[in-house]
Amino acid sequence: MTRHQPELDTSPQVSDEVRKTTCYMCACRCGIDVHMKEGKVAYIEGNRDHPVNRGVLCAKGSAGIMQHNAPSRLRAPLKRVGPRGSGEFQEIGWDEALEIATGWLAPIRKEAPEKLAFFTGRDQSQSFTSFWAQNFGTPNYAAHGGFCSVNMAAAGIYTIGGAFWEFGQPDWERTKLFMIFGVAEDHDSNPIKMGLGRLKERGVPVIGVNPIRTGYNAIADDWIGITPGTDGLFILSLVHELLRAGRIDLDYLSRYTNAPVLVNGDTSSSEHGLLLRDEHGKSLVIDRTTGRPTPFDQPGVRPDLHATYRHAGVTHRPVLHLLAERYLDPQYAPEAVAEKCGIKADKIRRIAAELARVAFEEEITLDREWTDFRGETHSTMTGRPVSFHAMRGISAHSNGFQTCRALHMLQILLGSVEVPGGFRFKPPYPKPVHAHPTPHCHSRPDCPLDGPHLGFPRGPEDLALKEDGSPARIDKAFTWENPMSAHGLMHMVISNAHAGDPYKIDTLFMYMANMSWNSSMNTRGVMEMLTDTDENGGYVIPRIIYSDAYSSEMVAYADLVLPDTTYLERHDCISLLDRPISEADAAADAIRWPVVEPERPGHHGVRGFQSVLCDLGARLGLPGFVNEDGTATYEDYADYITNHQRKPGIGPLAGWRTGKAGLTHGRGAPNAAQLKTYIENGGFFVSHIPENAAYMKPWNMAYQDWAVGLGLFEAPQPYIFDLYAEPLRRFQLAAEGHGARQPPDHLRDRIKTSLDPLPIWYPPLEDNATDTGEYPVHALTQRPMAMYHSWGTQNAWLRQIHGANPLYLPTRIWEKHGFAEGDWARVTSPHGEITVPVAHMAALNENTVWTWNAIGKRKGAWALARDAPEATKGFLLNHLIHELLPERGDGLRWSNSDPVTGQAAWFDLRVKLEKSSPPGEARPGFAPVTSPVGTGPEHLAWKVGE
Amino acid sequence: MTTLPETTDRKLGLVIDLDTCVGCHACVVACKGWNTEAYGAPLSDQDPYGAEPSGTFLNRVHSYEVQPEDGAAQLVHFPKSCLHCEDAPCVTVCPTGASYKRAEDGIVLVDESACIGCGLCAWACPYGAREMDAAEGVMKKCTLCVDRIYNENLPEQDRVPACVRTCPAGARHFGDLGDPESDVSRLVAARGGMDLMPEQGTRPVNKYLPPRPRDKLDQMEQSAPRLDPVIEEPGGFLGWLDRALEKL
Repeated sequence: MTRHQPELDTSPQVSDEVRKTTCYMCACRCGIDVHMKEGKVAYIEGNRDHPVNRGVLCAKGSAGIMQHNAPSRLRAPLKRVGPRGSGEFQEIGWDEALEIATGWLAPIRKEAPEKLAFFTGRDQSQSFTSFWAQNFGTPNYAAHGGFCSVNMAAAGIYTIGGAFWEFGQPDWERTKLFMIFGVAEDHDSNPIKMGLGRLKERGVPVIGVNPIRTGYNAIADDWIGITPGTDGLFILSLVHELLRAGRIDLDYLSRYTNAPVLVNGDTSSSEHGLLLRDEHGKSLVIDRTTGRPTPFDQPGVRPDLHATYRHAGVTHRPVLHLLAERYLDPQYAPEAVAEKCGIKADKIRRIAAELARVAFEEEITLDREWTDFRGETHSTMTGRPVSFHAMRGISAHSNGFQTCRALHMLQILLGSVEVPGGFRFKPPYPKPVHAHPTPHCHSRPDCPLDGPHLGFPRGPEDLALKEDGSPARIDKAFTWENPMSAHGLMHMVISNAHAGDPYKIDTLFMYMANMSWNSSMNTRGVMEMLTDTDENGGYVIPRIIYSDAYSSEMVAYADLVLPDTTYLERHDCISLLDRPISEADAAADAIRWPVVEPERPGHHGVRGFQSVLCDLGARLGLPGFVNEDGTATYEDYADYITNHQRKPGIGPLAGWRTGKAGLTHGRGAPNAAQLKTYIENGGFFVSHIPENAAYMKPWNMAYQDWAVGLGLFEAPQPYIFDLYAEPLRRFQLAAEGHGARQPPDHLRDRIKTSLDPLPIWYPPLEDNATDTGEYPVHALTQRPMAMYHSWGTQNAWLRQIHGANPLYLPTRIWEKHGFAEGDWARVTSPHGEITVPVAHMAALNENTVWTWNAIGKRKGAWALARDAPEATKGFLLNHLIHELLPERGDGLRWSNSDPVTGQAAWFDLRVKLEKSSPPGEARPGFAPVTSPVGTGPEHLAWKVGE
Repeated sequence: MTTLPETTDRKLGLVIDLDTCVGCHACVVACKGWNTEAYGAPLSDQDPYGAEPSGTFLNRVHSYEVQPEDGAAQLVHFPKSCLHCEDAPCVTVCPTGASYKRAEDGIVLVDESACIGCGLCAWACPYGAREMDAAEGVMKKCTLCVDRIYNENLPEQDRVPACVRTCPAGARHFGDLGDPESDVSRLVAARGGMDLMPEQGTRPVNKYLPPRPRDKLDQMEQSAPRLDPVIEEPGGFLGWLDRALEKL
């Protein structure tokens, strides 16, 4: 046939209009361009101007169109008509739904506000939802951080005044060696991929530390397939090597950290181990010029890392002495840790040498003049171009808090935090622990709470305890069991509410938290607790209100469902008061706005949850939500975003506020056209940091002044890094018997051990509670890059990529048991048993098995067919994990969490496994729930335009 | 049988960096989204919420494990779409002329109005890069986003294939591989870019950049950089500290 080349229109019209908003397919919050045709969503791509993603977009983001069209979208408020857990509902109108909710909540507020437990899951509006909860007056509020990454967040705040992800990022453009620990492939999704791409472009070596070599670890130049739960020990061994060789940044340590600060050495004192302070509370160093104790921040002081202070017969030593003494101990030598960590001693030494070489021999100098908080002007900025990132993999262990602290200590010793080429903070961070609130828990009938729920305790006086010493909060956050539970313990709420321990509640109100499925440990147990009845036949947890946009597993357990919109149908603000989207060189915030209206033809429709809270707040007469004349303060969430002021001039959005002479940024009165202006500017606001303020932020007065100007804080708050964390020591002192507030005796030893003011490593607590000989295998989950747990698994496009989740077995276990393709395994933990399909994976720690998180779905949920592979072969490891550790025979409940923060210790899981005959479907199986939305269509060919 | 052009003015194609690809599937879904809405029939999905969901994709990411004789196993993510071969067997096999290679830029396309859905081209393609759309009954394949790269309704910087625009790690590059001075040709030269299955004689335009050698820390000799201890000097660590501080 002769060659024929048809005419082709290579310039078709792409869309009628582009609407720019913020993605919500995961928590990364990229900017998106939503292409519209005939008023419908036609195509979604990344927004090139956006500070987070600069045009790129991940698989989830591009599949947002299928989330928006999903058949699992809820369509109307639902009132339960069948038994809890059945999924039998009646659609009702919004007035009726809100009347029911008000009827339940109003008496609680009037009589006992703590009987409402309000937990908001993967909420991105926590500054708003916490404001609502605070005005309701319940002490029982938190989001999902307790089972996510509170260890990382809290350890970062207590050590350097910020952590990874939303708090900071590697200096991708300048770093020369990058080390990434235990990342769960998503946090923070696109910026890490973009950063890795930049490193690859520049040929910068990447070292991946993770038992599993997928994703980022697959492209790492060197892979450390570490034994789960031993990262802290590995890091301390690196510290040992650096100290032994004197490869630490002494100038940095003396100027910017508490390494030179004197520690009270008087063993007989009730302040033993606290920092020496002057009468103004300033911690003291020895000035190398005068040899005298001097406030650390005094102009001209040269803090001495070596000198000790002898006073009244007692020698007080600087932090660095204690630190060196601890980590030079042979227990941290590479030979001593190699076997436990599963890393050869020689390799540990080489990594330490490489870190030191790059930090000190490839030093960066930027010609940027800056002035520090002591008034000294420096003509340059010195960079130590090694950088680190870490996330849930090291965080979700019962030793995670101290492991994360150890990593920050390593960064500090190398002088690589907030310097060129190192780790950089993102506004509003850096922010020292003393600039954060402390927890508040005092509730009274018909009154707001006495302050913000969540915060960072400085010592036992900040614990959330009642006068009788019992926990004030239903989740027992901020108690002696986990004093620094800065994000609350959402994973304990249902278990505690069911047990009536510490007290019974009336209404459980939750948002975006799939607690009856992938967001709980002990999933079957949680389902039973949610449906359990008391001697009168009523539910033990009397009332459950739930808000979700989709027909998730949790919907079936609600008595009242308040259907939320999809992310393309709603207003949101990604606020500097909350979890912002700033970059190291700029403060930024953003909005979502309804690029399409939430239409559910033939049904009562859905409403943005935050707008519903504004309405409920007004109906309940909550302060902050009603005007003096009794009318609602906010018509909806958009109204709140525009007009709410947290303090005069400071609102949820920093851009385009009203100043004395026209529009201004940061501080200013509300601007009625603010949202419109955001929309016109691509949905976000950016304020760039001046060049001379962009590094050394905690100590750089130009940055401090810039931040005050923008309204990030009220006065400059320079601080030094806490290698030695004094708040931890205050809890130890209590455990040693000092002070009025005393821990129960059974927790004294644990507090003394685990709340060490210098980072430590101890084996995961489950290892002590479990026979590791019987359960020799570590079991982990990872979140795939193309799926975001319960937000995305029903997505028609993404489920074709991740529709099943075999348990991946390393070669050693695969061969030992003689597994073959298509086989199934029975996997047993001290708590439970599952029977699941297996697959072989060689690039895996030899004692570790793993699977993708939250692919498994319950039959009837998510508008999937009942024979969908997610429901027949998909499974959750959650069934193997308990919220409590196995019984020790001491009659006590020991929670399966970090003893410092209460972080759920998902990754401590130990199992054994054996080959099983294929059971047909993954076990355990559960009865299907009735779908309130039916099932999805049999064919899909989504084309909006012609 | 359909004839290939003797030469093409340009050789537009992709360079895919296997050292950088993290296997995130962003390219897969961006492609699905664009090409569902753009060129020809939408990329349909059968049983999208059921037991055996199966849809048309023009680009898929495969993952392969490599087990070196010594050392840890490695995982390589391998995105695959039409390679726009110079000797494209999918074109020459086409009985209707629906499959063709453009003379101006070398892009291999299917004219859906002429496609009878016989599937011969998919059979002829050694890479498995073509997919029959079950709903439409026509052959679908990578168009190199021919409706983006020249599209005057798009800003100039967006005139690249959807997969390239979206790739978060920057592992995908687009350009003229027929021009030795182009960025993509230089990249191929610098990084040892490879043809996929050259023995097939298809002369693919797309190139793959191989992963850089991994796990060099494991291969270092004992003489590799080590840290020399200072704590064995007089006074141990504190003695060293004092001397070091004097030098500051």
